Amino acid sequence: MSWLIAILQTALFVALAPLLAGFMKFCKCRLQNRRAPSLLQPYRDLLKLTRKQPVISEDASWLFCATPYIVFTAMILAASVVPFIAVDLPTSAEADVIVLVGFFAFARFFLALAGLDIGTAFGGMGSSREMTISSLAEPAMLMAVFTITMTASTTNLSGAIEHVLNEGVVLRPSFVFALFALLLVAVAETGRIPVDNPTTHLELTMIHEAMILEYSGRHLALIEWASQLKFMLYGVLISNIFFPWGIAENFGLSALSYGLLVISGKLILLCVFLGIAETAVAKMRLFRVQEYLGFAYLLGLLGMLSHIILESTR
Amino acid sequence: MILFLAYSAVLLSFASGGVAIAHLQFPNVQKKLVFWLLGASGLMAIFAGLGELIYPEIRLDTLNLGLPWLPWHVHFDSLSAFFFLIIGIAVFAVSLYAPHYTHHEQKDAQGFAVLSLFTGLFVAGMMLVLLADDAFMFMIAWELMSVASYFLVAFQHENPANRRAAFLYLLMAEVGALLIILAFGVVASFADGFTFDALRASTIPTTWMSIAFVLALMGFGMKAGLVPIHVWLPEAHPVAPSHISALMSGVMLKVALYGLIRFCFDLLPEVHWQWGVVLLIVGTVSALSGILYAMMQQNLKRLLAYSSVENIGIIVMVLGLSMIFLANHQNELAALALLAALFHAFNHALFKNLLFLGAGMIHHQTHELNIDMLGGLIKRMPKTSMIFLIGCMSISSLPLFNGFVSEWLAFQTALQVDVLDNAVLRSLIPVSAAALALTAALAAACFVKVFGLIFLGVPRSRHAEKAKEIQDKGMLAAPAMLAFLCFFFGIFPSSILHLIDNVTEQLLGSTQPTKDVLSFLSIAPVSPEQASYTAPLILIGALVAAGVSFWLLTRNSETTMRIAPTWDCGFGGLTPRMQYTSSAFTMPLRRIFAPAFLIDEKVEKTMRDDTKLNVGEVRYTLHIQDHSWVRVYQPIERGVNRVAKQVGRIQTGNIRTYLGYSLATLILLLWVVSL
Repeated sequence: MSWLIAILQTALFVALAPLLAGFMKFCKCRLQNRRAPSLLQPYRDLLKLTRKQPVISEDASWLFCATPYIVFTAMILAASVVPFIAVDLPTSAEADVIVLVGFFAFARFFLALAGLDIGTAFGGMGSSREMTISSLAEPAMLMAVFTITMTASTTNLSGAIEHVLNEGVVLRPSFVFALFALLLVAVAETGRIPVDNPTTHLELTMIHEAMILEYSGRHLALIEWASQLKFMLYGVLISNIFFPWGIAENFGLSALSYGLLVISGKLILLCVFLGIAETAVAKMRLFRVQEYLGFAYLLGLLGMLSHIILESTR
Repeated sequence: MILFLAYSAVLLSFASGGVAIAHLQFPNVQKKLVFWLLGASGLMAIFAGLGELIYPEIRLDTLNLGLPWLPWHVHFDSLSAFFFLIIGIAVFAVSLYAPHYTHHEQKDAQGFAVLSLFTGLFVAGMMLVLLADDAFMFMIAWELMSVASYFLVAFQHENPANRRAAFLYLLMAEVGALLIILAFGVVASFADGFTFDALRASTIPTTWMSIAFVLALMGFGMKAGLVPIHVWLPEAHPVAPSHISALMSGVMLKVALYGLIRFCFDLLPEVHWQWGVVLLIVGTVSALSGILYAMMQQNLKRLLAYSSVENIGIIVMVLGLSMIFLANHQNELAALALLAALFHAFNHALFKNLLFLGAGMIHHQTHELNIDMLGGLIKRMPKTSMIFLIGCMSISSLPLFNGFVSEWLAFQTALQVDVLDNAVLRSLIPVSAAALALTAALAAACFVKVFGLIFLGVPRSRHAEKAKEIQDKGMLAAPAMLAFLCFFFGIFPSSILHLIDNVTEQLLGSTQPTKDVLSFLSIAPVSPEQASYTAPLILIGALVAAGVSFWLLTRNSETTMRIAPTWDCGFGGLTPRMQYTSSAFTMPLRRIFAPAFLIDEKVEKTMRDDTKLNVGEVRYTLHIQDHSWVRVYQPIERGVNRVAKQVGRIQTGNIRTYLGYSLATLILLLWVVSL
């Protein structure tokens, strides 16, 4: 039973990711006084791409064609680990938050290799930048995650969320620092303003888009879907770890539907917040990203230290 | 029986070296026999190691070798057995790989004899180090290992740069050996005798114990390649033949770690948490600077050597954690940390061996080790590229491969700091864990560069374009076996972790906290509630998800892929030189971590005419140097030269002066005697 719910939850997660991306676009459009495309537009785009014939460069190897499937699979696995509408699912016992970071690393490794596969300057540029930014973002993310896992004394995501739930509403300074650190990392890792701009195709600014420039058809669909999934993963991770209230703790129908309603509300709030932030902030130069991520790391470190100094029981 | 297997492993590798220099009538049979004996030695070592790990028991023996009143004491316990296993796997792989790899050298009978003789001696020396139960035998075996490997590094001595690298290696190996002798001497002066039993029983004051620890750390660290005493590694490893660099990097560095573990955890009567902090800091610095320097290299083997510095740093860091926990009487967590360290040592031996053998294959087929001259090999050498990709994924610690499991265990250990009382330690350890995360992420970036530039893209030189797949089965089988082991231990890590538990049991008297819960499928080092990792289920999930999405998307036959020329933005004339190079790929990181390197970057422009508008030729040179050369070694070198000059003053070359010296000495001695 619990396995069935875990699989259904993962499927729902994967199915809803494009909707969240559509809503994000909607928020930004409204904030910038533009008319927004329909919320279902991402689904239409994906469907259109899967019907098109993919064009592959003659210099491409098997790795280029395999990468979209690998990236998409890694994101599905990550989605199965993160508690979405219910906690205490068997899938989150299989892999903890460090493995989750590992899944992201796996997807990125292959995406960066695919960028180098064709042998054009754009691909190499994207790969180089992506690996640079992610190698700075990963320690910041783990620092924030360690703060939470040390408080909950478990690296299991379900366990950490249950710990926060059982504790009731406590204002922990370490969690505040960790929340902001994780937000900054999420923005960098999902390739959004001010680190990267998903809507640009200008060589000076492209990061993620430069890597996947050669993709078309169903391959592009998979990669787009995977990056929508990654965006939603970070959103769900942040909302459910720091504000877990409302998540279903048993598998009754009412609890599950309430959980779905609550997580939708949290994600909507997060999207509005991100939309405002993206509208207000301009994209920064590539060589200022290290300062941005250094700041995220510093926040994570402060969170860790305040946990050790202020909150530890010893 | 198991001891007999261990002895036969040593004797077989001696025999392999001996056969190489013997004058047999059939040279072809002789050459085959050399490698057969080496392979048999490897197999015996594997059997001996596994046997001891499965039936743990301390086996002792005395051999009447050496000086008449100083017999060699031999022991074989789980720790030795574990490292025996590492040596066995590596030697077996090399014995499969080398027959074809060295076929150029085989034409020159003398060169081949030298190479094989010293390979045999080198392997036997490493095994004897593990068997030693007294300081004498340990040092003799250690020297055998060092000197034999010097001759292997100096094998291609026609090139002056190689001779220089080999001399540097010999110098550092001997200074290191001297420090180890001193470390043993300090402990032995408080004990009666040089056997390890006597050393264990010594009552030694804390100050002297700390001095012995520092000496041992420097001595073994010099061999293992800890920063800043690592400089011989990137010089010596690229120079030796690839299968020898594989043995040196994959195994010899582990033997140095064995020495450190044996000395600190076994021989010294107690450990202090301050030593753990020293190891933690030295390890973190080595790991970070190792990977940063590795990233900047263009020579593949130099890059791999620096990456060994990184991995040794990680292992030493986790050993430091183990020491801190042990000093705080958290024996189970100390055992967990030791488990993580030993497992990472094992994994590093597997994938580094694999990558060095892979580098040898690339060099064999293209005669090129410069990353910027390769490219596009994935189509020309598909099997090699697959094997090398697995090595790159393991070393980048991606899930489903073995490197990930040991780093995961290291993180789990680091997160248990809440049990410590000291707040400084509690904040230091998570910071070093974050440094470990940075190291892992940089390693991934580094090996994306390695694989991407060597195997992907368009060939950057004629050699790369003309490359062909390796035909010899043994040469492919050896790295393929290592790749399989990397994957197998990534999916079923508990199969080996069970065995390593016996090592920690014997050494620390305790195992990781939840030995009983450890099932065949998943690992949960502390408790299942705290953390668990079930690789087989993840693999199944991944296969199902990838299979379903592939099937759903490729059903429509109208959307079969179309092959077309690469889009060149309409300008035409894409050339391989437009691809990203090694220095281009790492430019952002070079800029961000600029203080970590000594960068000498020059752009020279020559103008076509006097207007300074028409640029004719642009020359870009980039030279990156290790800080430790300038900061540590050059001052030492200058100091030594200065002292030598001062000493040289007393040599006037005049016979009367020397007679005067003799007279003065005589009078001094007479005075001393008369006292």
